[in-house]
Amino acid sequence: MKALHNILDKVRPHFEKGGRFQKLYRTFEAFETFLFVKGDVTTRGSHIRDAMDMKRTMFHVIIALTPVLLFGMWNVGLQHYRAMGEEAAFLDQFLFGLIKVLPLVVVSYASGLIVEFIFATIRDHEVNEGFLVSGMLIPLIIPVTTPLWMVAVATVFAVIIGKEVFGGTGMNILNPALLARAFLFFAYPAYLSGEENPAGNFVWTQASVDQAVDTYSGATPLAEAATATTLGDVSASQMLESMPSALEMFLGTIPGSVGETSTLLILLGALILVATGVGSLRIMLSVVAGGLFTGIIFNLFAVNVFMEMPVYYHLIMGGFAFGTVYMATDPVSASQTGTGKYIYGFLIGVVTLLIRVVNPAFPEGMMLAILFMNVFAPLIDHYVVEANIKRRMKRLKAVEQTA
Amino acid sequence: MPGFTTKILKMSKEIHIKRGLNIPLKGEAEKILQTPPRSAFYAVKPPDFHGLFPKMLVNEGDRVKAGTPLFYDKYNEEVVFTSPVSGTYKELVRGAKRRILEVRIEADPEDDYIDFGAATPGSLSREEVVQKLLKSGLWPAIRQRPYSVVANHKDIPRDIFISAFKSTPLAPDMDFVVNGQESAFQAGLDVLAKLTGGDIHLGVHSENTLSKAFLEAKNVVLHRFKGPHPAGNIGIQIHHIKPINKGDVVWYLEVQDVITIGRLFEKGIYDASRVVVLNGSEVVNPRYYRVVNGVNISALTNENIHTEDGLNPRFISGDVLSGEKIPADGFLGYYDSQITVIPEGDKPELLGWLIPKLDKFSVSRTFFSFMMPWKKYRLNTNIRSGERPFVITGIYEKVLPMDIMPMQLIKSIMINDIDMMEKLGIYEVAPEDFALPEFVCPSKIEMQTIVREGLDTIKKEFE
Repeated sequence: MKALHNILDKVRPHFEKGGRFQKLYRTFEAFETFLFVKGDVTTRGSHIRDAMDMKRTMFHVIIALTPVLLFGMWNVGLQHYRAMGEEAAFLDQFLFGLIKVLPLVVVSYASGLIVEFIFATIRDHEVNEGFLVSGMLIPLIIPVTTPLWMVAVATVFAVIIGKEVFGGTGMNILNPALLARAFLFFAYPAYLSGEENPAGNFVWTQASVDQAVDTYSGATPLAEAATATTLGDVSASQMLESMPSALEMFLGTIPGSVGETSTLLILLGALILVATGVGSLRIMLSVVAGGLFTGIIFNLFAVNVFMEMPVYYHLIMGGFAFGTVYMATDPVSASQTGTGKYIYGFLIGVVTLLIRVVNPAFPEGMMLAILFMNVFAPLIDHYVVEANIKRRMKRLKAVEQTA
Repeated sequence: MPGFTTKILKMSKEIHIKRGLNIPLKGEAEKILQTPPRSAFYAVKPPDFHGLFPKMLVNEGDRVKAGTPLFYDKYNEEVVFTSPVSGTYKELVRGAKRRILEVRIEADPEDDYIDFGAATPGSLSREEVVQKLLKSGLWPAIRQRPYSVVANHKDIPRDIFISAFKSTPLAPDMDFVVNGQESAFQAGLDVLAKLTGGDIHLGVHSENTLSKAFLEAKNVVLHRFKGPHPAGNIGIQIHHIKPINKGDVVWYLEVQDVITIGRLFEKGIYDASRVVVLNGSEVVNPRYYRVVNGVNISALTNENIHTEDGLNPRFISGDVLSGEKIPADGFLGYYDSQITVIPEGDKPELLGWLIPKLDKFSVSRTFFSFMMPWKKYRLNTNIRSGERPFVITGIYEKVLPMDIMPMQLIKSIMINDIDMMEKLGIYEVAPEDFALPEFVCPSKIEMQTIVREGLDTIKKEFE
C-alpha cells in the first residue's frame, strides 16, 4: 500500500498546477481517489462522517446489476443457438453472450467516461461517480444487436444533453441511461423495435434471420401480445399459447434487451438494493401497485385480448421488472420527497400499462413511462413541499387567531 | 397527597422521538468526578458567540477579578463578557483578518470575585434581573432561536427552553453534572421565570432522567422525551413542545449556565466552575472533572491521551457532531460541558471505499455495522470523499425528527432564496439540528455550515 501511494505521490506533481499534464489533473484525481480514500479530514461541521460515500453507493448498484448482466450474457447465447436450431453446452452459450455483450459494456463505459472526464476538467470539479451505474445500465437495456457506434453516439448524447447541460450528476432531470435508450429508439427505430433490423438480423437475438430456423420468431412476448391484439381474431388463450410460458418469462429465457428478461434475478438485485438501503423500496412497490391496479381495471373491461391477459404477466414481460428495480429508483431523476415517491412510482406503473395496452404505436411502455414521470417528478415534489409549507402557515395563523 | 397530584398534572405526556441516530463511540466516561490541578491559563473565546464583534475593555497586563469585564459587543454595548477567573490579562490571540480568537488570562492561584450582590429573584424587577445578568457577564449564557445567537436583552421571549439531558455521542450525564447543584439550578430557574411572559419548558428524558433537581423543579413545565439523538437537542424539543413561528423569539440555556446564574443570585458572584466530561476513544481515563469555564484543557489531557499507535489526536470542545476543534493546549468553549478526543483520519486508505472493514460505521447497510448494534466504534475524522451534489434522497429525513424537509431547505439556502428558506422553516433550525443529516450525507455536503449561512442571510435581511 505504501509503495503504491509513494508512486502516486511521485507522479502527482506532473498533474498539479504547472505540471506537464495539469489538464489531466481531474483524471489523475479520479484514479487516485479510486485507489485510495484520501487522508482528508473534516474541517467544519461534524468531525466524524458516515463511512458511506458515492463510490460505495454506486458500487452497490453495480453489484445488484451483476446477476442480470451474467444471466443476460448467457441468455444471448441461449437465444442465438435456439434461433440457429443448434444444441450448445451451457458454457458455449455463455461465452457466445460474453463476446457479444462485453463490447457493449466497454463502449458504453468508454464513451460516457470520456465525456465525464472532459466535463470534470472543463468545470474543474471532481469526476462524479454517477456514470458508473449509467454505463452499466445502457448495455443492459438495449438489444444485443445494437451496432457499437450507435451505443457510443447514444451514450455521448445522453451524458451531454441528459446530464452535463443541467450541471452534471445530481442535477439531471431525466434518467441518463433511459435517455440513451430513448435516443436510439427514436433515432434508429429499425434497430430497437420490430423483429428484423436493417442488417438482416433479428432485433432481439444475435442471429441472421436468413440462417435461423423457421420456427424461431425472435419476437418478444410483448410484441406477440400486441400482434395478437391488432389481428383481433385470436382468443386470449390462443394469444397466451403463442407466448412463452409464464415460468419462462419469470426465469428470463426469452428474447429481449440484454438485462431485462429474468424477473427472478432482477428480484435478487432488488433484494440487494433494498437490503443495503441503496434502492427505494417505496418506489419499487408503488410501481408494481400502479401496474397491478391498471391491469385489474383492464381485466374488468377486457375489450380486447391484451386486456384479458392475466395481470401478473405484465410484471414479468418486457422491461417492467428491470425498470421498476433499477431505473425508476434512480434517486436523482425520481421524486425526492417521501410522499412524492409513492405518487411517482404508482403513476409509472399506470402509464406503462396504458402505453403497452392502449397505445398501438409502442409495444413497451416502461421506458417512456419512467421518462415521462421523470419530467413530472419535480411537479409532484412541488406539491409535496407546498403541503409542508401550508402546514407551517396554518400553524402560524392558528397562533395569530388565539393571540 | 396534593404534592403527588400536582406532580402527575405537571407531567405532560411523553414525547417519543422516533427518527434519529445514536452513534456508538468508544471512550465513554466513568462516573468519577475529579478536580484537576488549577490551570495556569484560562480564556474567553469570542468566536463561541456567533456574530459577536468584540471591543476590548482591558489592556495587556491589567489585573482582573472573576467578573471583571474583558470586552463588549460592538453592536450591543450593554452585553459584556467577563473574566471567569482572577489573574492578569495576558494576551490576545488573533486569527485571519485580525479577528480576536482568544482573550487569555493568566490565573491567580485563588479566585477573587467581584461582588454583584446576592438577591432573591423574587424581590427584583425584570429590569433589575436583566441588568444583573448583563453586568456580571452572564447574559451571553442566554441564547435565542431563531438564529441561535446570544439573546437580545431588549426582547421578551415567548418561552424559555432548557434540555435536562443530552443525547449527543458520548454526552455527559446531566444528572451526574447537576448533583450537588440542585439549589443553584432551582435559583437559576427562578431568575429565568422573571424574564419571560410565557413558560420555562424543561425537557427531561422519560427513563434516564432521575435527578430530583429536574423532575421536581419548580416554576417549569416538564416535558418527557425518549428516543435516539437528537431527542436531547433543544431545537428538536422546541419543535415538539411549541414550534417557533415567524416572528417568535424563544430563549434557551444549558443546564450548567442556569446553575451559574443561580449562583450569581445566591452568592452575588460569577462563579464559573462547572463539570466537564473528558472522553472519546483516545482518552486513557475518560471521566468527569470540576473545572472553571474557559480552562486550558491540557490540565485534563496531560498524559491522558493514547499515543501508542501513532495516530494524531483531535481535541474537540463539545461533541463530535457540532463541537469546535481546538489545539491540544486549547481552551474549553463557553457553552461546553464536554471535551472529546478522537483520532485524526489523515492517513490514506487503500480502496477504503470498497473494503467493508469492521471498524467502519454507517447508517446504510452497506457496511457490517448494522449487524452489530452492540459494537462501539473508534471513528476518525476522515471525510471519506470529496463533496458531491445531492444524489441520495430520503436519508436526511430519517435523522431529523422535525416536520422540516432537510434537503429542500438546504437547497433553498444554497441558492439564497430567502422567501423559500422562510417557508421551509429556517426559523426553527440551528446548525446543530443538521449535524446528523451532515453525518449521514453520502455526498459529504457541509450542511451545518450551510444552515449557519442561511441564518446569517435571514438575520441580515431583517435587521
